[in-house]
Amino acid sequence: MKKIYHNPVGVWKYTGLMFVIPFILGFLLFMLYPFVSSFIFGLTDYNGISPPEFSGLDNYISMFRDEDFRNAFAVTLKYVLILVPLKLIISLLVALLLNMEIRFIGVYRTIFYIPSILGSNLAIVIMWQFLFTENGLVNQIIGTDISWYSSPHGSLAIIILLRLWEFGSAMIIFLNALRDIPQEYYDAAKVDGCGKIRCFFSITLPLLKNVIFLNVILQFISAMQEFNAPYMITGGGPLKSTYTIGMLIYDEMFKYHNAGYANAVSWVLFVAVTAFVLIFYVIAGRKKENRK
Amino acid sequence: MKKIPVYILLTASAIVMIYPLLWLVGASFKSNDEIFSSAWFMPGNFDFSVYERAWRTVTAYSMGHYFVNTFKIIVPKIFFALVSSTLVAYGFARFDFPLKKLLYAVFMGTMFMPAISVIMPTYLMWSKTGLLDTYIPLTVPALFATEGTFVFMLIQFIKRIPKEYDEAGRIDGCNSLQVLVYILVPCIRPVLVSISVFTFLWTMNDFLNPLIMISSVEKYPLSLILRLSADSTGNGYEQNKILAMSVIGLIPSITVFAIAQKKFIGGITAGGLSS
Repeated sequence: MKKIYHNPVGVWKYTGLMFVIPFILGFLLFMLYPFVSSFIFGLTDYNGISPPEFSGLDNYISMFRDEDFRNAFAVTLKYVLILVPLKLIISLLVALLLNMEIRFIGVYRTIFYIPSILGSNLAIVIMWQFLFTENGLVNQIIGTDISWYSSPHGSLAIIILLRLWEFGSAMIIFLNALRDIPQEYYDAAKVDGCGKIRCFFSITLPLLKNVIFLNVILQFISAMQEFNAPYMITGGGPLKSTYTIGMLIYDEMFKYHNAGYANAVSWVLFVAVTAFVLIFYVIAGRKKENRK
Repeated sequence: MKKIPVYILLTASAIVMIYPLLWLVGASFKSNDEIFSSAWFMPGNFDFSVYERAWRTVTAYSMGHYFVNTFKIIVPKIFFALVSSTLVAYGFARFDFPLKKLLYAVFMGTMFMPAISVIMPTYLMWSKTGLLDTYIPLTVPALFATEGTFVFMLIQFIKRIPKEYDEAGRIDGCNSLQVLVYILVPCIRPVLVSISVFTFLWTMNDFLNPLIMISSVEKYPLSLILRLSADSTGNGYEQNKILAMSVIGLIPSITVFAIAQKKFIGGITAGGLSS
């Protein structure tokens, strides 16, 4: 049987395909090709200049013996596991506050949003570096003389605080979703004697589930790629306590000229991120099934 | 009255959020001693000469030169992103074609791709073409609808425009491309503005791509000259100069945000955009 294409009268069945050609080419050139070639380069001993030499799974095997890789992976995971939940909670709380028929909401919303727009700008990263020096603004204000940069926890905290400061984009997504919940739901619940906290857990939270999922994924993916802040602020130290996978890939490529190894790590990072996203997706999907 | 604690909480957090930026601007006018001795953002006396020195940067070129460089990347990138995202979104939103389902699924998948995992092979690819240290690796990918969130936003928006608009156009003799240009583009203008603004801000913020692709100081965009200056001033001297350079570097983003803010804060969630 011939497939019928639902197009306006007189439109060729390949017209739509013509329009999406830029995407197809972009996918092949800038996603599929790099993805496949990073796996293949990962199978070679390659310094980026002289021709690559096939070395089998050496890079992938040495990755699991490599102290630096294991450390970078652990640092990145620790960073993600602290940052993402905190950021989600803060952005949801602020969104809930802003949703309470507040006056000057536009001013508050703009102030909370600005850091996330400017946040990855290098100027902001440099500013952040100044804030946490031994006699910098943060120590002046809280009246301490913590040497943030010399302690592993302190250094990681600097970077986590920078990214927490940028909670605005997640907050905006929550705020718009909260606006879409009909007031009638809350009115009806109130008639039935439902308290505020109960309302939050029985109405708001379930209705926000898709948006929470979206925010988790977006924040997770961007946190897994952290590079700018540790590169500029802490240089990965002290004792490699802020040395993320992003930094490892960069160093292996441009500092140690191990292009083969850098590509293998890139590929593993891709697989790890995809696997995590799929797991989230399955968990979120299964919960949906249970509710029915 | 019940809301007073809420206002106090919000105002306190707003101050915490905005104070670092105020401090940055204030500190750029301070002397090095004052930066580290006073937490209040207003400087004791304004030293404007620091901006003159900051403008001259630490290289042979002025900040003006680096602004021009950055715009040489931003302007083509915005144009490329607008054209390619619009075409692709139109194809997905309005037509049925072979392999559409598969291609759409692939498209959704690419939106969750961690960019850092393809950046090294992409670098190797560009190095083979001999185009490293030009702006081509930074701008040309935008020609291929590589920013999935833009396409997604546009698809959502186009789907909300009644198909009768297209049909009216076809009856008047428009072909598919003319329908897009004369009928849909005027309707999707607000999204096109958001795409331009985001491309602007994201390109201003981009650091890793130029760091890898651009090697000569003459061609540096703003983010790289800031890094170079921060590294070469180091701890100890001329710290107000690097702060002043940071302030100058933030001006374009803040200006664009201020102009566009009303328009795009509302439109952001259409595609679940985030920075």
